[in-house]
Amino acid sequence: MNETIRELLAKLGNLPVAVTELEDGADLYAAGLSSFASVQLMLGLEEAFDIEFPDNLLNRKSFASISAIEQTVSHILKAKEAA
Amino acid sequence: MSLAAVATDMSLGARAHRVARVAADFADSVDREGRFPKEAVDAMKAERLLGIQIPAAFGGESATTQELAEVCSILGQACAASAMVFAMHQIKVSSLVEHGAESEWHRDFMRELCARQFLVASATTEAGIGGNLRNSICAIEIDGDTCRLEKDATVISYGAHADAIMVTSRARADAAPGDQVMTVFRKSQYTLEKTVDWDTLGMRGTCSDGFIFKGEAPAAQVFPKPFAEIAAQSMLASSHLLWSAVWYGIAADAVLRAQAFVRAAARKAGGSQPPGALRLAETSNLLQLLKANILSGLRAYEDAKADPDQLSSMAFSIAMNNVKLASSETILTIINQAMIICGIMGYKNGTPYSLGRHLRDAHSAQLMISNDRILGNTSTMLLVQKPDTSLLG
Repeated sequence: MNETIRELLAKLGNLPVAVTELEDGADLYAAGLSSFASVQLMLGLEEAFDIEFPDNLLNRKSFASISAIEQTVSHILKAKEAA
Repeated sequence: MSLAAVATDMSLGARAHRVARVAADFADSVDREGRFPKEAVDAMKAERLLGIQIPAAFGGESATTQELAEVCSILGQACAASAMVFAMHQIKVSSLVEHGAESEWHRDFMRELCARQFLVASATTEAGIGGNLRNSICAIEIDGDTCRLEKDATVISYGAHADAIMVTSRARADAAPGDQVMTVFRKSQYTLEKTVDWDTLGMRGTCSDGFIFKGEAPAAQVFPKPFAEIAAQSMLASSHLLWSAVWYGIAADAVLRAQAFVRAAARKAGGSQPPGALRLAETSNLLQLLKANILSGLRAYEDAKADPDQLSSMAFSIAMNNVKLASSETILTIINQAMIICGIMGYKNGTPYSLGRHLRDAHSAQLMISNDRILGNTSTMLLVQKPDTSLLG
């Protein structure tokens, strides 16, 4: 999952730095992730993992770092399995 | 208690109305001469309105956003430029209140602001950023305990008349454009070199000239939180809500003038319905919609304040954007209707029904943060956020 997220971030994140240089916990907003790019990333994640972000997870915190995105996506996948 | 104190109503509403009377007296000269509304701002200081939002623990009155909005609306009915200066000051103070309480310097500054009734301005706009205040080109230089900043600020509203300015910049020389901090500079810690004159259609008294800002201050004056958080959690909502309250005030005064015109005509008409009466009814309907829209935004903000996740959620941003879009557009329709009702008496300056200043001031609303930019922003969020279809929220 980490790899897919990194690929999408490189493709859609429009970051001024290389994604390979970012640690999992690095603050993506400080690295230059714009709100527009974060929405594009969200759409990419929905497509890649066949999920839909519920409204309560559509906030800055869910996309603050690569590990935060991993957590958010795993959380949604788990909820989907349980349903 | 002295007799004078017994005779003077010290409620927030009464104090705001006293300031509004002063503001109304000078509104036309402020507009005509494009000058700072000094009399009104001095009256705000005398009535101690500048620190009301600050928590009582730091010397203020813990005024809520709803109370601030009410003051903005009262002042907006008298002089839109004075009201907007008050609103913009309170938006800066909201950043202090929401994000400065953990820092000793910012706590002390809040105490001093209350005691000495400081007027605080904002320098978020910069040449070359294309109007997006979430990007900076200039970077703050931290050198031990000192910070230095130079900014080509194309707009600093009432910059020349403020006691302090809050300035955004990149956090370091190598930071991305969106990695910003905000710093408070006191008047004695900066110089301003005027570069652009504020000679505009309306809102002429905000004196939003452009300046080259050069400041040096103790590094403790940098806000401890990133500006991205400040913008999302206190600036977005308080700007849209307090601006809307000012605009509501302009529109409400226009409707009041139109109603006075229709009543005067009705008295002369001897029983028959004067022209304009029906249009007045329509206009009062729009004013009520405008009011309901702002009130629901104010309530949503009070609810969201308790929950930082909700404050930074897309649903909340969309709601605040919608408040701003609707109020900035509706006031133009309302004031235009009022002018059709008052006819040539509304079009002329210097009559009791004059609406030229109202209309010109109101035209700024769509432009201060362009509605097109806000629509673009909302449309991006609507790619993922599902609209809230419940009636009660």
